[in-house]
Amino acid sequence: MARVEVQNVSLTFGVHKAVDDVSIAFEDGGFYALLGPSGSGKTTLLRMIAGFEFPDTGSIRIDGEAVENVPVNKRRIGMVFQNYALFPNMSVADNVAFGLEVRGEKGETLRREVADALDLVQLGALAKRRPHQLSGGQRQRVALARAIVTKPRVLLLDEPLSALDKALRTDMQVELKRIQREVGVTTIFVTHDQEEALSISDRIGILKDGRIVQEGAPEEIYDRPASEFAATFLGEANILSGTAENGRLRLDNGLAIDLPPEGGTVAGDFRCAIRPERVHLSALPDAATAGGQLQGVVKRRSFSGSLSTYVVDCGGKEIKSVVQRGGGTAIEIGRPVELRWNRDDLVMLPAA
Amino acid sequence: MTGKRRDSGLVKAMPLLLPAYAWLTLAIFLPLSAMVYFSLLTSMSPSGQSATLTLGNYATFFSDPLYATLLVRSLELGLIVTLVCVLIGFPAAYVLAKIFKGRAREAIFLLVILPFWSNSLVRVFSWSMVLREGGILDTALNAILPFKVTFDLMYSYPAVIIGLVHSYLPYMVLTCYLSLQAIDDALIEAARSLGASRFTTLRRVIAPLALPGVLAGSALIFIPVVGSFMEPRILGGHGGTLYGTVIEDQFTAVYNWPLGAALSFILLAVVLVILLVSAPVLRKAA
Ligand SMILES: Nc1ncnc2c1ncn2[C@@H]1O[C@H](COP(=O)(O)OP(=O)(O)OP(=O)(O)O)[C@@H](O)[C@H]1O
Ligand SMILES: [Mg+2]
Repeated sequence: MARVEVQNVSLTFGVHKAVDDVSIAFEDGGFYALLGPSGSGKTTLLRMIAGFEFPDTGSIRIDGEAVENVPVNKRRIGMVFQNYALFPNMSVADNVAFGLEVRGEKGETLRREVADALDLVQLGALAKRRPHQLSGGQRQRVALARAIVTKPRVLLLDEPLSALDKALRTDMQVELKRIQREVGVTTIFVTHDQEEALSISDRIGILKDGRIVQEGAPEEIYDRPASEFAATFLGEANILSGTAENGRLRLDNGLAIDLPPEGGTVAGDFRCAIRPERVHLSALPDAATAGGQLQGVVKRRSFSGSLSTYVVDCGGKEIKSVVQRGGGTAIEIGRPVELRWNRDDLVMLPAA
Repeated sequence: MTGKRRDSGLVKAMPLLLPAYAWLTLAIFLPLSAMVYFSLLTSMSPSGQSATLTLGNYATFFSDPLYATLLVRSLELGLIVTLVCVLIGFPAAYVLAKIFKGRAREAIFLLVILPFWSNSLVRVFSWSMVLREGGILDTALNAILPFKVTFDLMYSYPAVIIGLVHSYLPYMVLTCYLSLQAIDDALIEAARSLGASRFTTLRRVIAPLALPGVLAGSALIFIPVVGSFMEPRILGGHGGTLYGTVIEDQFTAVYNWPLGAALSFILLAVVLVILLVSAPVLRKAA
């Protein structure tokens, strides 16, 4: 268990900067998600922490020890691969025992530690099977047991659940979280599934083009995204762009909204974001009795179980609203509506 | 129900299988049966004297210990050549499959199978030019080294081994390459992340998974080397008398085809027994 510190790390493949001056600290025992679109450098960053790639510049410290030049087998890390990478020539128990045997453990201690690790992932009964006789979820558990049985200083997972179907993936997320809590190992989890990142991790780092664009607790990033990219990549957001003056934002289509209190001093081109679930809708008898921040007409709607999503046309600008489906009747398409939100829910974004 | 489906599958596959089986029957079964027949004849002279059936040719093998001695020598040679091929071929295949990427891999791959491009007889004679005293190797060594060395490997056991290894090495490289390439790089990385050194990874993960390729290559090399006659004859000189050259003599020099055929079948039987005995052992190891 250890703190991992990445400082000003860059790595270039040919002319392409895969990781560009990244600095991020992973606190001891934390569960971190690295989130970003495809090609943003998540895997490359993870592989540098593991020791499969070596940074061109910058430093990586595990538990205070500089490891940039330490080969992977000396770093005492655990890694779980996307395709499990179980040794097909060994049984489940032998797979788990491998890392311990390499360290010279044998006999009763070895046997007990393997059994404990398999119990932890609830696979004690399948110890004698070969990997090809297991289901995808079971293989993933073996891979996890194999990675943590050696008590690594840091556990690295590269999209470990992406090969599983949706239902199994949710189960495994819960399971992974439980095991991580139990073992207490610092965990870095790469994913491009934002829901997964939100539900599983203590902290999230968002990558784009090899750079960390924002890092923080899931709620913090979700509620206070620091950029339009962060706002739209993590969850959905309505982006309102226009010109700010006297505490109001004049949208590109001519309508105006109030800025949050701290927006009183800004002027010029400006952008705000608001989450769809923070936009409240109410139907109006007709367009004349308008109130709220904006008015519009329902253009589309869709249902997903307990939620309804409305797309409202406000003078050409489409705004999305997600509402809990209560007892009331749904608002029909074509109905005039007013949109209201709490001014504090409006997130001001830095100029692009 | 599954049995029925399998049957109909077989029936459908028949038109595809037929040419292959027809060819195998013609190319292997017919000459082989002719040879079985020859091996049972008392004599086969061109003058057409009547010959009778006998097991005498097989008895000859057991009556003269020379044959058994030569057979053992040939098996030994097969073992040595196979071993040398594994020692050279496996690392070469490993570098090719796991270290080189893209164009470099293609280029080196072509170099590896270069021996296949030349006629085997040409290959063997070029070795004789390299290995003999005053030959290319001798001259080159003397040009580099400050002191005088006489270097004459020609007509020796090592020369035979060199020639055979050169001829058969590509089989080992190819079979090892195929099985190494099939090993997912993530497995190697997983082993390394668990603390295994490069050597431990090779021993515990790569070698067991590549074993089928090594075995296939070994079989492809061992069998023809045990019966080889050209390399031993040209490069081995007096020391090059082996089981294979004796068989060849029966066909081309002494014209005792029945004895040659009988000796061949004894070799075939011995090789088959070796393969059968080693198969379960190796399967357990894999
Ligand atoms: N070995 C390599 N050689 C050359 N370029 C590479 C190599 N590995 C990665 N890259 C490049 O570096 C960039 C980052 O790749 P990386 O695999 O880290 O992305 P990622 O965020 O993990 O994406 P994904 O979500 O698709 O897995 C990509 O543009 C990729 O093409
Ligand atoms: Mg990746």
